[in-house]
Amino acid sequence: MGPIMKVTAQPADTTLTLILDGELDASSAVILDTELNKPELLNYKKVLIDCQRLSYISSAGLGVFISHLQRLQDSNVKLVFYNMQEKVFNVFEILGLDSLMTIVPTEKEAQAA
Amino acid sequence: MQDRIRISCSRQNLQQVRDFVRSFLLSAHRKEITVNQVVLAVDEVMANFIIHANGEDASQFLDLLLVLTDRQLDIEIEDHGSTLFLPSGKVATPDLRAYIQQGRKGGMGMALVSRIMDRVEFFERNSHTVCHLSKELM
Repeated sequence: MGPIMKVTAQPADTTLTLILDGELDASSAVILDTELNKPELLNYKKVLIDCQRLSYISSAGLGVFISHLQRLQDSNVKLVFYNMQEKVFNVFEILGLDSLMTIVPTEKEAQAA
Repeated sequence: MQDRIRISCSRQNLQQVRDFVRSFLLSAHRKEITVNQVVLAVDEVMANFIIHANGEDASQFLDLLLVLTDRQLDIEIEDHGSTLFLPSGKVATPDLRAYIQQGRKGGMGMALVSRIMDRVEFFERNSHTVCHLSKELM
């Protein structure tokens, strides 16, 4: 069985976009954690998370974002989610994380956030 | 309708569990958001059993039973491992601002389960831990 999660990094000037493809659970969260742990992430002003192909997230996936948020904020790196499917957004809503993280509908709004 | 599945205690089997629950509920024509919530609740409990109760020992196994009658969904997860795992049914609301400041990864799974399901119970049966989840589906 192949990996259930793929993360593609697209750097552009001061913005890094991470494109998530698949299901983020207790098995695959380590893949995202490795990406967010990279020291060069702190060189960007903004990290955009493209969630269009993120079809599932569990608490393990939420935990990865939560665990890196303060470190990014302390380095003035803004974390912005966009293109999130309704069922995935609903998981953020259940815990109230939608009010603590920046989640916008489109890439254009993410670029402007 | 009802269906069951048995998996060994490896987190790589969580995908198989989610596919099983999704397929069961979608065949009963339930809404995608509701299906995803129930899939999440089962995934969280199974992950806890695999990682915390069984230490990812793939020689141990879990049984999952889904029973849907009219509007009532009952889920039973039985851990065949030798260690009893009986977390409290009551889950405190996680302080997410504190979690962010602390860079904390865990501690949200059972909070999600308790908010999604109507009832969450852990009990002992034949020296094994059983988790019973139930929810009324519209």
